[in-house]
Amino acid sequence: MICNMKVEDIVGEYQEVTLELYKLGPRRILYTQIQTPFPEGKLIVSTTDIDGNITHVNHAFIEMSGYTKEELIGAPHSILRHPDMPPAAFKDLWDTVTKGEKWQGIVKNLRKDGGYYWVKATVIPNIRNGKVVGYTSVRRKPSAIVVDECMTLYPTLF
Amino acid sequence: MSYMFTVSPDFSPDRLSGWYIFNTWMQRQLGVDIHLELYDDFCAQRVATFSNKIDLIYANPFDAAMLVREKGFLPLVKPTDLLDEVLIAVSENSPAQTIDDLKANSKIAMTEDPNVNMIGMMLLESANLNNSNIEKNVYDSYILVAKNLLRGHDDAGVFLAGAFDDLSNMVKKQLKVLLRSEIDEIHHSLMIGPKLVARRDEIKELLLGMDKTEKGHGVLESLGFKSWTIVDDEEMEFMIDLMDTLST
Ligand SMILES: Cc1cc2nc3c(=O)[nH]c(=O)nc-3n(C[C@H](O)[C@H](O)[C@H](O)COP(=O)(O)O)c2cc1C
Repeated sequence: MICNMKVEDIVGEYQEVTLELYKLGPRRILYTQIQTPFPEGKLIVSTTDIDGNITHVNHAFIEMSGYTKEELIGAPHSILRHPDMPPAAFKDLWDTVTKGEKWQGIVKNLRKDGGYYWVKATVIPNIRNGKVVGYTSVRRKPSAIVVDECMTLYPTLF
Repeated sequence: MSYMFTVSPDFSPDRLSGWYIFNTWMQRQLGVDIHLELYDDFCAQRVATFSNKIDLIYANPFDAAMLVREKGFLPLVKPTDLLDEVLIAVSENSPAQTIDDLKANSKIAMTEDPNVNMIGMMLLESANLNNSNIEKNVYDSYILVAKNLLRGHDDAGVFLAGAFDDLSNMVKKQLKVLLRSEIDEIHHSLMIGPKLVARRDEIKELLLGMDKTEKGHGVLESLGFKSWTIVDDEEMEFMIDLMDTLST
């Protein structure tokens, strides 16, 4: 289950907000203004089941999210949901991948310690024997220019 | 019945004889005729695969998708601890210290390797470089990519990391690596086509035991491999999905 964030996990000065997560209900979010840079040359990879529960994470994912592998496997992917991300982005993500198509977008993700990191994410359905069995997301380093654009655009989408 | 074997054209020229030795070993072990056909470029090889000429292939990850999804190929093994990583390098005299220092309209040297170029472009994208704002110069080999950096013709080069590591020390000393990928999940694989699928388990066993016999060990050495590691269907599907996310 996805739990409220705990004050003792947070590094630095934080703000508090409650997010309503799809099917899961409210989650207390504690977030800071501390950015973690994207690890150069790496990809952050995860897979989920068809409901968006995490089934696999690579090492870079664990490192960047701040959670342990045990905490991540089985957790809903919205464990990374940052309050600055407009809900419309994730609606578009799910609308696209459930149609069997590839989705791409710039995402601000929340770390266990309250910090954040920007990624360029690509999500695709995993098709095995003609059936969608889950989804894979691969994140790469976004260019500074597109992150700047999103920092201007996203607040207007609420 | 005879079979056709081919190797992704990105193998190092030093390994040419190794692949012939490997082919001879395979024929002896399996008791069948296998013809090794090497193609000069990626396009010629893909055409051969498309017309169902190939039964056994040492495939790059880029082609693996087409082989599995369209041609019914299945993975056997990959070389142990050998990953396809990519790096971006410049001449040691270049003012660039990171890829962010590479500017629009840069001249980027590369080979024809679709796999390496896709990852290379993905790395460059974070510096806001893309197909529309760079000049791509394509060369026949990584040695030529290096030479054109050294003579100042190109601003940066895209290399298969393994091929860069194999350049002479003299050349490497004059180059500066700006970024090396650490993807960890992308690799070449030995794969079989529909005509050989019935013998898949047997062939896998043979390959996995190869490093344990003196003869087999010698053959592997001529390819520069330690041993083979199994690639199961899901690992291959995962890699294909991952490549798919990188293709745009
Ligand atoms: C493969 C995959 C990867 C995802 N990765 C992220 C992610 O990195 N960050 C994120 O906030 N949401 C991600 N999502 C979307 C979440 O499932 C979820 O929709 C989102 O966090 C918004 O939460 P909500 O749907 O509960 O409103 C991903 C979904 C899938 C299928």
